[in-house]
Amino acid sequence: MKKEKVPILEHELVPKHEVLGEEAVAELLDTYKIKKEQLPKIKLSDPVIKEKEIKADVGDVVRIRRESRTAGKALSYRLVIE
Amino acid sequence: MRTKKIKGIKFGLLSAKEIRKMSASRIITPDTYGEDGFPIERGLVNQHIGVIDPGLRCKTCGGRMGECPGHFGHIDLEAAVIHIGYAKLIYRILTATCRKCGKVLLGEEDRNRFLEDIERQRERQADVGDVVKLLFKEAAKCSVCMYCGELQQRIKYDKPTAYKEIDEEEKERRLMPTDVRERLERIPGEDVALFGMAPKNARPEWMVLTVLPVPPVTARPSITLESGQRSEDDLTHKLVDIIRINQRFMENRDAGAPQLIIEDLWELLQYHINTYFDNDIAGVPPARHRSGRPLKTISQRLKGKEGRFRGSLSGKRVNFSARTVISPDPDIDIDEVGVPEAIAKELTITVNVTERNFDVMRETVRRGRTHPGVNYVRRSDGRKVKVTESNYETLAEELDIGWKVERHIRDGDIVLFNRQPSLHRLSIMAHYVMIMPGRTFRLNPTVCPPYNADYDGDEMNMHVLQTEEARAEAKILMAVQRNIISPRFGRPIIGSIHDYITGLFLLTRGEKRFEKEKVLDILHKIDIDDLGVPAGTFEPPDGYEVSGTKGDEVRPIPYWTEKQVFSMILPRGLNLEFQGKTCAKCVESGEECKKEKCSRDAYVRIQDGNLVCGIIDENALGSFKGIIIARIFRQYGEEITKVFIKNVARLAINYIKQVGFSFGISDEDIPEEGKEQIREEAVHEAEEKVERLIRAYEGEELETLPGRTVDETLELLIMQELGRARDYSGDIAERYLGIENPGVLMAKSGARGSMLNLTQMAACVGQQSVRGERIKRGYRGRTLPHFKPGDRSADAHGFVRASFKDGLSPTEYFFHAVGGREALVDTAVRTSQSGYFQRRLINALQDLEVKNDGTVRETRGTVVQFKYGDDGVDPSKSDSGKFVDIDEVIRESIKVET
Repeated sequence: MKKEKVPILEHELVPKHEVLGEEAVAELLDTYKIKKEQLPKIKLSDPVIKEKEIKADVGDVVRIRRESRTAGKALSYRLVIE
Repeated sequence: MRTKKIKGIKFGLLSAKEIRKMSASRIITPDTYGEDGFPIERGLVNQHIGVIDPGLRCKTCGGRMGECPGHFGHIDLEAAVIHIGYAKLIYRILTATCRKCGKVLLGEEDRNRFLEDIERQRERQADVGDVVKLLFKEAAKCSVCMYCGELQQRIKYDKPTAYKEIDEEEKERRLMPTDVRERLERIPGEDVALFGMAPKNARPEWMVLTVLPVPPVTARPSITLESGQRSEDDLTHKLVDIIRINQRFMENRDAGAPQLIIEDLWELLQYHINTYFDNDIAGVPPARHRSGRPLKTISQRLKGKEGRFRGSLSGKRVNFSARTVISPDPDIDIDEVGVPEAIAKELTITVNVTERNFDVMRETVRRGRTHPGVNYVRRSDGRKVKVTESNYETLAEELDIGWKVERHIRDGDIVLFNRQPSLHRLSIMAHYVMIMPGRTFRLNPTVCPPYNADYDGDEMNMHVLQTEEARAEAKILMAVQRNIISPRFGRPIIGSIHDYITGLFLLTRGEKRFEKEKVLDILHKIDIDDLGVPAGTFEPPDGYEVSGTKGDEVRPIPYWTEKQVFSMILPRGLNLEFQGKTCAKCVESGEECKKEKCSRDAYVRIQDGNLVCGIIDENALGSFKGIIIARIFRQYGEEITKVFIKNVARLAINYIKQVGFSFGISDEDIPEEGKEQIREEAVHEAEEKVERLIRAYEGEELETLPGRTVDETLELLIMQELGRARDYSGDIAERYLGIENPGVLMAKSGARGSMLNLTQMAACVGQQSVRGERIKRGYRGRTLPHFKPGDRSADAHGFVRASFKDGLSPTEYFFHAVGGREALVDTAVRTSQSGYFQRRLINALQDLEVKNDGTVRETRGTVVQFKYGDDGVDPSKSDSGKFVDIDEVIRESIKVET
């Protein structure tokens, strides 16, 4: 049987990831008054980051939109590391 | 004070050279004290390595006892010995390096790759352990050295501290510690870096000891027993052993003893040094004291809960604390604690004597040690003087500004009160002291839930705050009334409990008419000035004496209703609507909620602080629920809520005292016809149904449930049927007992117990289970010899048809014990597991902090959460975890408009 890849991005438990543009990153870092390294991290080897649609590279910042039990929708940002 | 900043911490191994350099004395004699009672020169309790005898001076630094911190000494080992703590690492290094040239068995390429990996991990401040582990695995594969061509041999690690080399012919050869050391010495410095070690700080051969550091005597003080005999510390005992064997080894070797004896002694020296470091090695018998008690050596001093880290550094014993049994006192405030006078006389607060408090302090000192007095005073020069029977008067005269006075705690002082296990922050709260006679701490019963306390012998701790800052913090952050709303679920954790709820339930249920005297009685000790307009008047019944009336004059008596009486303690302006605990959930079954016209009076409506309708029960005022309390807290604040909780308790007690309330064995009695009904309609019926199910099963007619086997289906159906039987018998029992039954009343109002408890006591205990299944363990095919093998009937598998009141039959009793044991084991396992889990969580989360911008960050400033809990809400200031109750806001605003 041939293994078919499951489209993980469409899975309901996988939150929406997107790469942030340079300006958006600068703005984000300014709002929280932090350096890039102080963001939470995500590995390049993370299945979501490896997906073609995301195309994130080391040093990129991804925005994650999650469903939250307390706030409805919640935003989070992660720095891609190797 | 000059401060210094730590730039870094260097970890490494002690080299033989370093050990000698830091040593103040070379120890050669195993003896401690000489016959003259003075420490022996070059002995283990040598005056060069620290003093523990008063009056003697250290021969190294000249300090007296207490001044001299102690100095290390050393023992020159006659034979090299493996350091037990590094035994495994030595083995790994041996397998990873060439036996001839000492280089790491890796090609140039691999070498560089690993070096880079290690460097990268270092930069990231991450653990290099994983990389090094991989390297060892890689290097051990190599069988021929790529640098010198030497054929490698397999090395065997013989726990705890022996290494053997196996050659091609499978012959074993022991590697003595000296051989090991030689090999490790050959490893070039560049290669040492591959093990994640810095060759400057940690050469691998330093893991093989040739010199043993001797800790200062101050780290292993001897104690003098009452008999005047000296008793040495365990470490000293161990060092004595080491020196003795070391000496014997030397003597034997110098005398040219046979190799066998030398090796034996070498082995023995290794054993003593092993147990000196760690007396808890697997497979090694622990070194014992003469009495047979295992010695407490270095590792034991550091390890575990009572070890140096967890026991002496993370946690210490504290001063200014007290502990005793708690007992209830409903007459003190919820933020007070009754403190026995005996405790108050021991605990003190240090007060600086100033111009402004001078007279008061002099008065306090003049009282001496009698209760609100003083224990110590400290003069302006820092000298501490104990206040005694003979000197307190002179001290009061001498008292001057700039002195410090350690005065007793007294009424109104703020203290921290705690009950272990401290599982959440409400386990430690600030209370105000109230000095009382007796020997127990007194605690208002309404504050039991946050501490999870009861009065069956619980003990609690009290801590007296010593600085003004601490007192301010406690008052603002830790006061009981501030913590009425639990940060766990955003609802009140302090509220009415047990009899308070029963009392309120009894008061607000049914239509009652109270004349003025009764009302005043119920409101006794509650601060109310105005009873308001009475609801109406009634004609006095015959023989009723009305004060102030003469002869046959009939004067109607004004009365107040039960709802009015309750309303008197509600704050004005409170509007609230909710369903009480007795609500039949009409809405869920598709019917309309009748609200005010509810036949059970379960719909509570409060308008402008007046209880219009509804019975007050657990939902309204209970701890963990407390809708009214939550509302008052949000609308009126801490202080009013505190007063309200106190008033509610008073009201409840006053009323329940008036009407009386009790529960006894006879309250579980059901009339004979009821018992008959339970036996026939519930239990017998169910048992027959079970029989039918079994017959269907045996006749292979049973319809299998999806996803289950036939056997499982049968079990499930039987369980269901018997469960129903118990519920049904409970319903019957409830009908016969009626709401007036105190047990039912408590269950329905939420005061204590459940209908299930009552069912089991009065009607039928029901099916006993182990792991959610009927009981089936025991003999082959049956649970007990009383039954036939293969019997699947209800009573053969743990159905208890009797009630507790009736008494259980022997087999029923047995099954009940089986089920009960599981519950017992479960709680024991759960507490230990959740305790450990809590410890791990605390260790992981203790440094996280919510910053002013709402982000959660760890110490390096790295963001963990962009907004605390995603919504930034502090649950202890929320409404059941929500920011606002939208419905309520809308309802309020509509009301304002109309």
